[in-house]
Amino acid sequence: MTSVLYDVPGPRARRRSRILSVVTGLVVAGVLAFAIVQLAQAGQLDAERWLIFNDPLIWQALLRGLWIVVQSAITAAALAILLGVVFALLRQSELRVVRVPTTVVLEFFRGMPVLLMMLFIYLMFPIGAYWSVVAALTVYNGAIIGEALRSGMLALPKGQREAGLAIGLRPLQNRLLIEFPQAFRNMLPIIVAQLVVLIKDTALGTVVGQVGLVKEGELLAEYLGRSTYYFPLFVVMVTMYLLLNLAVSTLARFLARRRNQSGTATAAPTGGPGGAATVAPLEGGAAVAGAST
Amino acid sequence: MNVIFDNIDTFLRGFGGTLTLLGLTTLFALPFGLLLAAMRVSPVASLRATSTVYVEVLRNTPLLLVFTFFSVIITYISGALPFQVAAVLALTIYTAPFFAEAIRSGINGVPVGQAEAARSIGMTFGQTLGLVILPQAVRSVVPPLINVIIALTKNTSVAGAFFIFELFNVGREVANANGNAVVAVFLGVAFFYLIITVPLGQLADHIERRVAVRR
Repeated sequence: MTSVLYDVPGPRARRRSRILSVVTGLVVAGVLAFAIVQLAQAGQLDAERWLIFNDPLIWQALLRGLWIVVQSAITAAALAILLGVVFALLRQSELRVVRVPTTVVLEFFRGMPVLLMMLFIYLMFPIGAYWSVVAALTVYNGAIIGEALRSGMLALPKGQREAGLAIGLRPLQNRLLIEFPQAFRNMLPIIVAQLVVLIKDTALGTVVGQVGLVKEGELLAEYLGRSTYYFPLFVVMVTMYLLLNLAVSTLARFLARRRNQSGTATAAPTGGPGGAATVAPLEGGAAVAGAST
Repeated sequence: MNVIFDNIDTFLRGFGGTLTLLGLTTLFALPFGLLLAAMRVSPVASLRATSTVYVEVLRNTPLLLVFTFFSVIITYISGALPFQVAAVLALTIYTAPFFAEAIRSGINGVPVGQAEAARSIGMTFGQTLGLVILPQAVRSVVPPLINVIIALTKNTSVAGAFFIFELFNVGREVANANGNAVVAVFLGVAFFYLIITVPLGQLADHIERRVAVRR
């Protein structure tokens, strides 16, 4: 990606790089070996500890937890995007009395831990742990998505707004019909990346109420014996979260790439510094490689 | 609101606990993140691969599970760590990849001509990165780094669920003891988080605007 930082390696550099590669490989292998030895000495790798996963009941419990994660994440994501749109529109209102309080509320929601919000929604409203988690995730991520959409709208060329107003659209119509669709498209990678954060934060439901995958895992560990079975259950839980998040992350990257391609085609890439920059070094790198061979 | 003034000592100690976690984690995670970022752009393929795998795995793992590992699971593997050590370790290991990604995007943001010029006068990879790219990247890297620190401030709250005395824990305890003043306690705890995160956010915005003008 940043191959412009160094030449196509010659024989000496290749040798040095190979030596470094071997050293790195050894270090990584050493760390892994150390971990495995530690695990084996503690008996964590004994076959019978992992045989619990032959039991469909174990999977039933874990998948039930995973389903709660997926369900609450989808609900909170949909609501958070809707709320984000509302926040973004209110935050840019023509009226001071709307704009200023919205700004204060957004800062308030963005500036505190989502865990704190979960706990206090749980304590203040009689809606149960599940909906407390969903509500906190919605409000917190809604505020963040709202800010992303707003900066997306600000990044649009001014002409978009002027042209809309000139043909007689009302300000709100213009926001909704002209600016919002473009901002949403430009900010889609950031929004999807935020959804990964949202999925990860579902794990916090364990702290507040007694919901989610991690809670199911803890209950199983409690029931089967923590010292023996917590580690295998932990490995499975981490893997489940990883697979779920990697799928969503891959989607985010795919969307970012697609946006970059269309961005260079229409010549005006908007948005953050990463967007335009990731394309440029690639071209530069190819040019350097071409010149030196 | 009386509930806050009655317990102001507890709140301040919790605030201290949060600041300690924040400070220690930043101290360890920032150099670690820089190392990961340098590995990520290096000419050696295996360094790149190691860093990429580490960053991707940690960025997609919930912080709660990282904490579970260092505070609970490790007890059954090699013996328990002191809670404070476990918390700083978990936060450091989790936060370093986010620092690394912020630094890497800064490196990528430096115009290509800078690296080309450095290369063409014969600088090595280390010289190019250390003398030309990083000093310029620092400017555009500061706002995203501050944003990571803001996220870290909020993430320290998870430590409260793992036996560390900090703001979230204070909120939980005081709220449990004063069931009739839950809203006041909530606003009190939120206030202490906000006096860290809001100024930091404004600082990031300010620097971002200044850098944007100069470019």
